[in-house]
Amino acid sequence: MAAAVRLVLLVLLLLGPGVWGQAEPPRDSLREELVITPLPSGDVAATFQFRTRWDSELQREGVSHYRLFPKALGQLISKYSLRELHLSLTQGFWRTRYWGTPFLQAPSGAELWAWFQDSVTDVDESWKELSNVLSGIFCASLNFIDSTNTVTPTASFKPLGLANGTDHSFLRYAVLPREVVCTENLTPWKKLLPCSSKAGLSVLLKADRLFHTSYHSQAVHIRPVCRNARCTSVSWELRQTLSVVFDAFITGQGKKDWSLFRMFSRTLTEPCPLASESRVYVDITSSGQDNETLEVYPPPLTTYQDVILGTRKTYAVYDLLDAAVVSTSRSLNVQLKWKRPPENGYIHYQPAQDRMQPHLLEMLIQLPANSITKVSIQFERALLKWTEYTPDPNHGFYVSPSVLSALVPSVVAAKPGDWEESPLFNSLFPVSDGSSYFVRLYTEPLLVSLPTPDFSMPYNVVCLTCTVVAVCYGSFYNLLTRTFQIEEPRKGGLVKRLANLIRRARGVPPL
Amino acid sequence: MVDTYFLSQGLTTLAGLLLLPFGSLAASQIEDQAEQFFRSGHTNNWAVLVCTSRFWFNYRHVANTLSVYRSVKRLGIPDSHIVLMLADDMACNPRNPKPATVYSHKNMELNVYGDDVEVDYRSYEVTVENFLRVLTGRIPSSTPRSKRLLSDDRSNILIYMTGHGGNGFLKFQDSEEITNIELADAFEQMWQKRRYNELLFIIDTCQGASMYERFYSPNIMALASSQVGEDSLSHQPDPAVGVHLMDRYTFYVLEFLEEINPASQTNMNDLFQVCPKSLCVSTPGHRTDLFQRDPKNVLITDFFGSVRKVEITTETLSLQPDSGVIESSYKKDQMVEDLMEPLKYAEQLPVAQIIHQKPKLKDWHPPGGFILGLWALIIMVFFKTYGIKHMKFIF
Repeated sequence: MAAAVRLVLLVLLLLGPGVWGQAEPPRDSLREELVITPLPSGDVAATFQFRTRWDSELQREGVSHYRLFPKALGQLISKYSLRELHLSLTQGFWRTRYWGTPFLQAPSGAELWAWFQDSVTDVDESWKELSNVLSGIFCASLNFIDSTNTVTPTASFKPLGLANGTDHSFLRYAVLPREVVCTENLTPWKKLLPCSSKAGLSVLLKADRLFHTSYHSQAVHIRPVCRNARCTSVSWELRQTLSVVFDAFITGQGKKDWSLFRMFSRTLTEPCPLASESRVYVDITSSGQDNETLEVYPPPLTTYQDVILGTRKTYAVYDLLDAAVVSTSRSLNVQLKWKRPPENGYIHYQPAQDRMQPHLLEMLIQLPANSITKVSIQFERALLKWTEYTPDPNHGFYVSPSVLSALVPSVVAAKPGDWEESPLFNSLFPVSDGSSYFVRLYTEPLLVSLPTPDFSMPYNVVCLTCTVVAVCYGSFYNLLTRTFQIEEPRKGGLVKRLANLIRRARGVPPL
Repeated sequence: MVDTYFLSQGLTTLAGLLLLPFGSLAASQIEDQAEQFFRSGHTNNWAVLVCTSRFWFNYRHVANTLSVYRSVKRLGIPDSHIVLMLADDMACNPRNPKPATVYSHKNMELNVYGDDVEVDYRSYEVTVENFLRVLTGRIPSSTPRSKRLLSDDRSNILIYMTGHGGNGFLKFQDSEEITNIELADAFEQMWQKRRYNELLFIIDTCQGASMYERFYSPNIMALASSQVGEDSLSHQPDPAVGVHLMDRYTFYVLEFLEEINPASQTNMNDLFQVCPKSLCVSTPGHRTDLFQRDPKNVLITDFFGSVRKVEITTETLSLQPDSGVIESSYKKDQMVEDLMEPLKYAEQLPVAQIIHQKPKLKDWHPPGGFILGLWALIIMVFFKTYGIKHMKFIF
């Protein structure tokens, strides 16, 4: 009895340092972040990234205990021997010209590419089954992926994770451009997150705001990464990314100010309890530049500076795990305010109503010095009713010239003199102070050639109809009413006939 | 002795007499319990909701299907037991002024699309073939579980179909049709394979009653929004969205279902009265001759709700974290990793390697008929012009 007790004590002592030794890092971890970038065109881009890292060798051991890493995807990796999986569903197009370079762009529709392990014997079979299973998980029509839209790239799409040899016969790539993204794809994507949509950054993921955007892209990326700096073993990394671009004009009523509540109709209350990091980054690069005074509210406790995509950028960091950030008001609503009125201070647009009123567009613009500002409007040509054309439609239709009213700063300040005393050419426009003068300029009228129908068509139609009627009806009439007689064929050529004509003229019997 | 004997016998008869009424009371109680046990013989519920119309102006059909989906989910059937087929996407359609929403009532009162929706078959996948495969279970093996109807012989299935239809057929996506005979045969296949216990079939199309005329399998109850020769009409347009939002019959069915909760005792006879001719303009019809139970004994929740066996307990269970398992296997990994050499990431654009890649040899195909004919023509013209004597110089 005593011996047993002593043995038990010994065993406990041995286990002691093992169990309560130095703090072992957890086997899986979650990091979530949101990056908000005001774009040059006035829109706002928000990129969510949720990264779950799992220190496990899925291939070697039969795993059955899943914590943060979703079981649906973990079973997928082990069943189909995947090395990498990248699936994206996108609606819209990233306009690089107006918005700058994206972090991660995706093609419109659905894109799926995967690298299989070297141990897979029939890659095409596994690819087909994989796309069927994914179509069930994400409620997308990925089962339409087959040999007609799958390719094996030979030089591009190298593995984004760890790789020990790149034999491209284990790579498959397919795109479905017709695929639609909607709430039914967002719902299972959200359910893969450890905190679902209950806590942390994922509370902002509301479908009715996320789909009211110019660009919406959600993606799932699975790849093996180095577990530590020595990189002797492999961890699996699952990244779920969601990028949206909010159209500031439509959703912000023309003002460039935005806030989390205005974009997502929610604010952040608490970090996800399962996350080891939960941060919001706001791009404030343009706040340090000249004449741009914007402020981010609440003021950030830390900033982050680095060279991103080739340029140096500054980010305001809000760490949700830091108690000071969320403490005061129990909710975090990041707001961006412009201290001065922004350049496009006023826009008034009245669209045209057919045959009732024309388009009207008025804008108040502040022009930067030593620069050229171009304003362009796209329009489409429509077809008019045939009675609405002028007698000379090929001349074209006129668009009235635009009016530019400007206050130009004077080089030399003028004295505002008496109205009656100054000569007439100086008193056309009333001036309040002499530092700038008013001028009104006009552009040229625009002559637009509209597609004109062929007005001679009725004439052609009448001719054609009459010909057809004459040929058909006339032939039938002749067939029915004329009688036919057999005539002796005339022998002889042209010369003989000519001779007969002359003979007949002379009154001599023919040959 | 004799009197005690008679007394005891009297007592026993008295006891017997007293026991008799008790016995009959107990027997009737048991009978009640037994009747309740046999009242609804199903153990699980499934729903197959199909919208067969494509294009923006058929918004109302998608709204019809989604409102039934919403009611069915609210009354307890989980997504894993619902097969939802929508032939077109209205919520994220570029013409929708409020994206990610599908409204059933003007003034945007009720968003039937919601935030938690799983569409199993969408867009081009909604075809007659896929619908019949779902019903009969003859599905390719690679189909995921969410797209299958995994019902058994104790399942009550609700099948709701909406779209454009005619006398004896229902149009799928403007390109194909399913006839009432095909549908009846599919249900007979389901009966023979014991894939349902009871089936409720609801259809909201023009001349919908023609679709259930040909059913011949037992335990099917059918409802339709209009008789043969009548059109089902839509309810109301919305000026903001620009199209009609719902059909009349389903609108009133939705109103009726909004008042049902999982514990309500409303029966099928109330559902038959839902849309009288004054409200619906068409005459809704129903068919119950194949159904074994009396409709007044059939609860709405038998088909629209779900059977859930829930046991409520008041004792708490505390879960211990099993850190022992995790720690020991982590140690094993650490030992192995020290032996392997470091791994590295692949280079994304190895220009030198790509340039010197050998391209795959394309397979040689013999020239086609056109090329051969063209060459034959050229050669014929050449020899006709210059004579056959040149041939020996060529060959």
